[in-house]
Amino acid sequence: MRPNRLTVLLLLVAVFLLPLPAAASPQEEAPAVDMNEYIFGHIGDAYEWHITTINGKDISIPLLCILIDGGVQVFSSARLEHGGEYRGYRIAAKGQPHEGKIVRVSDGSRPVDLSVTKNVFGLIIDSIILVVLILLCARWYKKHDYLKEAPKGLAALLEPVIMTIENDVIKEAVGPDYKRFSPYLLTAFFFILINNLMGIVPVFPGGANITGNIAVTFVLALFTFLMVNLFGNKHYWKDILWPDVPLFLKAIPIMPAIEILGMFTKPFSLMVRLFANMLAGHIMLLSAVALIFLTAKMGPLLNGSLSFVAVVLGIFLDCLELLVAFIQAYVFTMLSSVFIGLAHQHPENETH
Amino acid sequence: MSLITPDFGLIFWMVVIFGVVFFILAKFGFPVITKAVQKRSEHIADSLKAAELARQSVQEAALQREQMLEQTRAEQGKIMQEASKTKDAMLAEARQKAQEEAAEILRGAREEIAAEKESALRDIRTEVSALSLAVAEKIVRKELEETPEQLALLDRLSDEVSSAPIN
Repeated sequence: MRPNRLTVLLLLVAVFLLPLPAAASPQEEAPAVDMNEYIFGHIGDAYEWHITTINGKDISIPLLCILIDGGVQVFSSARLEHGGEYRGYRIAAKGQPHEGKIVRVSDGSRPVDLSVTKNVFGLIIDSIILVVLILLCARWYKKHDYLKEAPKGLAALLEPVIMTIENDVIKEAVGPDYKRFSPYLLTAFFFILINNLMGIVPVFPGGANITGNIAVTFVLALFTFLMVNLFGNKHYWKDILWPDVPLFLKAIPIMPAIEILGMFTKPFSLMVRLFANMLAGHIMLLSAVALIFLTAKMGPLLNGSLSFVAVVLGIFLDCLELLVAFIQAYVFTMLSSVFIGLAHQHPENETH
Repeated sequence: MSLITPDFGLIFWMVVIFGVVFFILAKFGFPVITKAVQKRSEHIADSLKAAELARQSVQEAALQREQMLEQTRAEQGKIMQEASKTKDAMLAEARQKAQEEAAEILRGAREEIAAEKESALRDIRTEVSALSLAVAEKIVRKELEETPEQLALLDRLSDEVSSAPIN
């Protein structure tokens, strides 16, 4: 009977919440919700970290704007808030080229922009969390006699995950000299995992759509690309430039061209997969929550029932996102391992 | 919308941050953990092997002890058997010796008896012949002359007497 009770409880909560929107603004017409701004404001990057809006007042953390434009310009993003101008810069308004980015006031062109944006700041926070977690775990092994003691606390939490990834993914896919690559692959796994998980947390240190940003996944894929190609063996390069196919396929370099294209499509698929999955997850969650605001003006009954649906859907999507956060980190690591392993194959008929 | 156009600033920071995280974790983080875990699993494997060896040696020792016990028991049985055999042999020998001795004694006695009897017989015979001769002499002396025919007859008579069984 438990699920039924839960349903009843949720329904009751929804019913009690019904009069709230009406009570909050009895006279004034609530402004229409701009879905585009709502969703892309949440999943996009920004110069400040917007936390919430209380009574029309934005509460946000100003971040550093760093511009290189014939010298380094450093100032707080609070100076550019609400279309403000500072030192000849402003944030391009909606509809203009470079929308939402810092541009020169004079001609609307962009300087070199190395600002610590919301995503950069989120990356820094998540990275500090990750480094602290892993180093604390490593410290346990230094401080304790790990031959006589079972791991406790953080080490007990992280060790199974680390060893599962190393033994089941990296060792299997990379092959015999997996030790050289496992630090990178483990770093990639945990980096993606922590950023994915922090992306689900809706309040301040989390909530930035980091792994759903193509620049981030681009760099991750770039690292994998470098790991694959910088350490590829002779056989790997021979397979690309002079593969075992009939001569006419190599004389006019069809196969080499395809293989070289393949070098880039593999990390490209990694980049797009992670980006699209995380972005889609964020958009789905935000859309579910948006149901509540979209139906606010459609009367209490519709708003209430759809709020209930939105909450249930939101819980379901959050659980799904937890799963996806792990799966995407796992898949990225596994495919990176496979690509590295493919660059380290030894053909069976090799004689030496 | 810059949703699918990577932003240069973010790429720059991502490279820096990920590079730093990678450097720190690859140097001080993951290798420490994985090495420790590997060492521990090796240690566990070694310990298991050692335990297996110890178990085997204990088993072997038990087997050996069992064998030794078995051997001792067998030896004990053998010794007992041998002792009983020796005893039997000794008894038999003693019995045989006693029998032989008894037989010897009997034989000696019998021989002695036979010899005694012989000598007694001879004595008797001599006595008898002398007696009968004396008797005959006494009887015949008066009536008969001592002729050779008479003497031969006497001898024959006394022989007959002596060869006759004594009852």
